[in-house]
Amino acid sequence: MAAFIVRRLVQSIIVMLAVAFVSFSLFTYVGDPINNMVGQETTMEQREELRERLGLNDPFPVQFARFIGNAIQGEFGISYRMARPVEQIIAERLPATLELAFVSAVFALVVGIGLGIYTALGRESVAGRLVLSAAFVATAALFSWIGAAIVAAVMLAVTFLYRGKWVGSTIMSLSLIGVSLPTFLIGILLIYVFAVELGWLPSFGRGEVVSIGGWTTGFLTPSGLQALILPGITLGLFQLTLIMRLVRSEMLEVLRTDYIKFARARGLTNRAINFGHALKNTLVPVITITGLQLGSIIAFAIITETVFQWPGVGLLFIIAVQFVDIPVMSAYLMMIAFVFVVINLVVDLLYYAVDPRLRVERAGGGGH
Amino acid sequence: MKLKAVLLGTAMAVTGLTMAAPADAQDVIRWASASDALTLDPHSQNEGPTSQMLIQMYDYLIERDIGLAKRPALATSWVAIDEDTWELELRQGVTFHNGAPFMANDAVFSLNRAMTEPSDFRNYLSSVTSVEAVDDYTIHIHTDGPNPILPDWLTGIFIMDEEWAIENGVETAQDFAEGEENFAVRNANGTGPFRLESRQPDVQTVLVRNETYWGADAFPNEVDTIIYTPVASAATRVAALLSGEVDFISDPPTQDLGRLDADPGIDVVDVNQIRTIFFGMNVAADDLENDTVDGANPFQDIRVREALYRAINIDAIQQVVMRGLSVPAGMITSPGVNGYATDLDERLPFDQDGARALLAEAGYPDGFGITLHCPNDRYVNDEAICTAAAGMLGQIGIDVNLISQPRSIHFAELQQGIQDFYMLGWGVPTYDSEYVFNFLYHTPDGNRGSWNFTGFSNPDVDANIVAMGSEVDLAARDAIIRATWEMVIPEYAYIPLHHQIISWAMRDGFVIPIRANDQVLFKYATFE
Repeated sequence: MAAFIVRRLVQSIIVMLAVAFVSFSLFTYVGDPINNMVGQETTMEQREELRERLGLNDPFPVQFARFIGNAIQGEFGISYRMARPVEQIIAERLPATLELAFVSAVFALVVGIGLGIYTALGRESVAGRLVLSAAFVATAALFSWIGAAIVAAVMLAVTFLYRGKWVGSTIMSLSLIGVSLPTFLIGILLIYVFAVELGWLPSFGRGEVVSIGGWTTGFLTPSGLQALILPGITLGLFQLTLIMRLVRSEMLEVLRTDYIKFARARGLTNRAINFGHALKNTLVPVITITGLQLGSIIAFAIITETVFQWPGVGLLFIIAVQFVDIPVMSAYLMMIAFVFVVINLVVDLLYYAVDPRLRVERAGGGGH
Repeated sequence: MKLKAVLLGTAMAVTGLTMAAPADAQDVIRWASASDALTLDPHSQNEGPTSQMLIQMYDYLIERDIGLAKRPALATSWVAIDEDTWELELRQGVTFHNGAPFMANDAVFSLNRAMTEPSDFRNYLSSVTSVEAVDDYTIHIHTDGPNPILPDWLTGIFIMDEEWAIENGVETAQDFAEGEENFAVRNANGTGPFRLESRQPDVQTVLVRNETYWGADAFPNEVDTIIYTPVASAATRVAALLSGEVDFISDPPTQDLGRLDADPGIDVVDVNQIRTIFFGMNVAADDLENDTVDGANPFQDIRVREALYRAINIDAIQQVVMRGLSVPAGMITSPGVNGYATDLDERLPFDQDGARALLAEAGYPDGFGITLHCPNDRYVNDEAICTAAAGMLGQIGIDVNLISQPRSIHFAELQQGIQDFYMLGWGVPTYDSEYVFNFLYHTPDGNRGSWNFTGFSNPDVDANIVAMGSEVDLAARDAIIRATWEMVIPEYAYIPLHHQIISWAMRDGFVIPIRANDQVLFKYATFE
């Protein structure tokens, strides 16, 4: 057991170091932060001197080592843009992102499972078919977004290799549009309908927030709750379609099994069979997937937060990229990597606890 | 339907609640723009949105009115008492937001702070050798030789309280390399028309009227509370204005202006900005890295430069790319800047045949290839302008390879000197042509000419620039400025494109005069 945990921990650390290395080396290509920090009158010598003071002239390994050393102590330096310690800014912004992620996860789970059951049970009805086709279109749209993201990543690499070529930068702009379009469009559409035309819900921001010991929450005020609705739906829609289709297919699978047939033969009510037996057995993979998706919700919040001016870490990251605020960018990437690594580690450990086969194999290879 | 009613009811209840919270909802202005101030330290960042926020709370010694003319603020008069000394009489009876009186020592302290590392305003006061308090309400500013436009530079330096700064350990501006936050980043204590009520950077900043403001009777001062929210996404910002969640946006996107203007509840105002957009060409190098001509630099030949100039159809750019929101330019300085003249601002006509003939005469009958570098997030429609220009140059045989990049990369490359044909825009904070000459036309010598990437160098022009820096007779100085413009414009080291136009959008009933420097002054705002 101990050896297994240690091995997993070591692997996690290696992953974190790799992420740190990749993200840190990317920053060499995002441009010069000095320009955004000083006025146009600043002389060359003053620019050079600021660059020297910030340590931007040091060789890459020195800068990287310094970054790792500080990161281990939880220090990510001072934001070039806001002149405040990065860890402080992130701590201030994290509650907004986590609350939004929570709301959209709950929305995706409740509506997704509900619609999944509905489409599984009522698969012959017209309404069921309609919901299913709508979900298919939504998934296709959202998946094409992921496809575009992969294309964008490749293009990003190409653009870096052939930096400065006209074609490269055009493709980069195009792929960027591809990456942000669907979520962006859904958000703008919701704003247009519910904020501009109907005037029911706010178009941006968190509304009024209450601060409880450093944690700001929008759950306790009417305007805070209202402000959560549109971004929550926008962010949760992808997970919703995913969960719905998962529940539906699992449910259809389970409904064909012998014990369901047996239950029917015993004369149990439909309600008891569908919800007491079928659904319960469907939920195990759903819970696993949802847990893993929580990390993506936090990471994908970037676009939703930008559209709704949601003051979370995603928006912080986007603005940091535009400003070449390297300390904030690196801290954010490390944080997201950390979230994924921790979730995966916990899942691994849970599987180890749940699945006895893992223990047997490990014991066999352990060597006494 | 029932759900709809419930939602509507809740929405109305909440709107009622937020509207009722301030003392008088009429006088509250909810303002949004793309980016928040970087810091509240008055001397740390020389950056548009930062000064924009600070100007509501801090005063200058000399300020600019709506028409950008100088007017007394914390200084009531300024005279040059000898060749290198300016004497400023200070306003009496002014207090800072914390109640401390404003005196000469505060002015001296603030100017010194702005001159000291790591302030971002050091260049504004580079000619100043020392500042001294003569008595409680008089200061002398000593310069290294005559400086006729020092009062213009002073319209950029905010004044803070010396005692407050010392008490809070902020005797110098925020230093990024320090690794810690300085007290002045999130706190403010000025003498301005508004005081800071609360601030969450990037989320919300609330300012309330300073009841003891010295200019209470000099300006309308009708705004009671300003609630500022940065909204980064342009579409969301427009939606917030349309839905009535904000009252005023100071940077509406060009493509939405028509829509906003058509809305009966929204007013759009615009004015020429003090910023000219142009292309620069490397005229000095013997060979260019970015062209297809080997062993020669086509830009060295003035006929080639003129050909490129004549090939640009600026009216098409103005109508199609800028949707009418630009003023074609013939010089790199805008109306409102000392030295601007309408006859100098005349462009060479758009003339493709003439351009082709000039190219042929210069020995490039088939044209040549050249790389054009452009920013894509700095000026209004910058990338689209370059794309249009590339097409126009293509028609006379100039094969343009366009590279448009974020400003962080564009300006870094520009300063490394690896761009030979580039887009740049230039604003003039002193409202005087000397600033333009100094940065864009003087031979680069480490001090002057720091944004002259064309390599343009003319000893007579350099001599004129030095002369206008110390000529105290303003009429003679204006004559030098005029003569210098007449020398540099026909050299075509730069191809001027247009002066930008800025627009503000606000809800009906709120009136705020727009200023050519794009800076909002809420003390001038009125309600109808």
